Amino acid sequence: MATYGANDLRVGVKIIINGDPYTVVESDFVKPGKGQAFTRCRVRNLKTGRTIEQTFKSTETAEAADVEDRDMEYLYTDGSAWTFMDSASFEQLEANEAAMGDAVKWLKGNEKCIVTLWNGVPLQVTTPNFAELKITQTDPGVRGDTATGGTKPATLETGAVVKVPLYMEEGEILKIDTRTGEYVSRVKA
Amino acid sequence: MNLTALHERARLYQQVRVFFAGRQVLEVETPALSQAGNTDPFIDSFSVNTGNTLRWLHTSPEYPMKRLLAAGSGDIYQLCKVWRKDESGRHHNPEFTMLEWYRLGFTYPQLMQEVAELLLALIPHLQQPPRFCTYRELFLETLGIDPHLAGEAELANCAHEHGVNIDSSMSAQGWRDLLLTHCVESAFPADRLTFIYHYPAAQSALAKREYSNGQAVAQRFEVYLGALELGNGYQEQTDAAQNRQILEQDAAARGHDVPVDERFLAALESGLPECAGVAIGIDRVLMCRMQVNDIKQVIAFPWEVA
Repeated sequence: MATYGANDLRVGVKIIINGDPYTVVESDFVKPGKGQAFTRCRVRNLKTGRTIEQTFKSTETAEAADVEDRDMEYLYTDGSAWTFMDSASFEQLEANEAAMGDAVKWLKGNEKCIVTLWNGVPLQVTTPNFAELKITQTDPGVRGDTATGGTKPATLETGAVVKVPLYMEEGEILKIDTRTGEYVSRVKA
Repeated sequence: MNLTALHERARLYQQVRVFFAGRQVLEVETPALSQAGNTDPFIDSFSVNTGNTLRWLHTSPEYPMKRLLAAGSGDIYQLCKVWRKDESGRHHNPEFTMLEWYRLGFTYPQLMQEVAELLLALIPHLQQPPRFCTYRELFLETLGIDPHLAGEAELANCAHEHGVNIDSSMSAQGWRDLLLTHCVESAFPADRLTFIYHYPAAQSALAKREYSNGQAVAQRFEVYLGALELGNGYQEQTDAAQNRQILEQDAAARGHDVPVDERFLAALESGLPECAGVAIGIDRVLMCRMQVNDIKQVIAFPWEVA
């Protein structure tokens, strides 16, 4: 079993706490001059995304989490599993709904994603920062209104609903920032 | 490399030397590389292979300075580099600068006053007078717990109630250190020196002890600015047998990985005058003076690039 000493718990290191995989997002060495030293960390749960504080005695170790990020291409879904292919080895893996999270909103096929694997099983899927998707349904636009800054909901080809400017029409393609889920611009067809 | 920090450091050293010259405290130098090491349970020394034998880089100049005191030096101070293994972080560099001084005939409250006078001179934006609190008062005030009476389980519960996640078993002192660093220090006022005194007797190290509220406590103090620990002082234990007992106990607890400083103990047997002493982390004082929060900002070439 691979372990990290408390002094090696630097930002980005992945460890197991209470059976779950975590990544260290902040780490600080604290020690009263004449007393016990601690490594005080902020760690993010890779399954839930929740961040907590966790402290380790300087003499302790933490179990390393077998977590790796792999470049994979999204292929297709059957509605309950999402299939990805390793771009180098052509190995295929299935991610479940929990691992997909918000990624389902932005994928239609052939996107290059980062799939985070824990013990070889997809844990998290990170989509490209931007997606270009077609509007399948939205209320009729207000022609020429490019100035007022109002928005309306639009349903995209992946089923995601985003806020778009009033002048956008069905059939148009738009660019979305997948990190925030916000409209960026209209894409010229 | 921060040019302002170089200039501020030079000015600070000048001020320190003027301060002590005005008080007839003699500047001294003692060896950095010694045949004995520090036996303190929570401080690790670097060893250096000198050919036939190992020597240890000092973690503070305490032992040889006390040898000078015993030899009749009178009041002395030293500004020097010291080394502590595995201490690295925003507030720690394994190689750092220490200011240590000893005052004959001083009580530790008198020395606290002198420390405050020096720090107020070195950190010009400090306007407020310092506050002086016992270890017990601070724990009662911040956590509602008496650190001398609470046992391991009670201290552990207190830490968990205050949102500290840690899956370790520790001694009562380990839990006190955890509560101090995670909960108590963070409540200190940012713009004022805080002096903590009357540490638990188990943390006396080479300080004398006294009774307070029926509780044995150490005549030891620490000084902070905000949550940043700046220094540690003692009413020095002058009893040779007590000193020997502590060093031998600590050496045994750490598995005799460093030799006990017999020359230091011999000097104590010849007689250490009554005195109070303190060590201040000068890099941290410089951080306070420049109002920066990473020790790397005040060191020309920090550990990673040394």
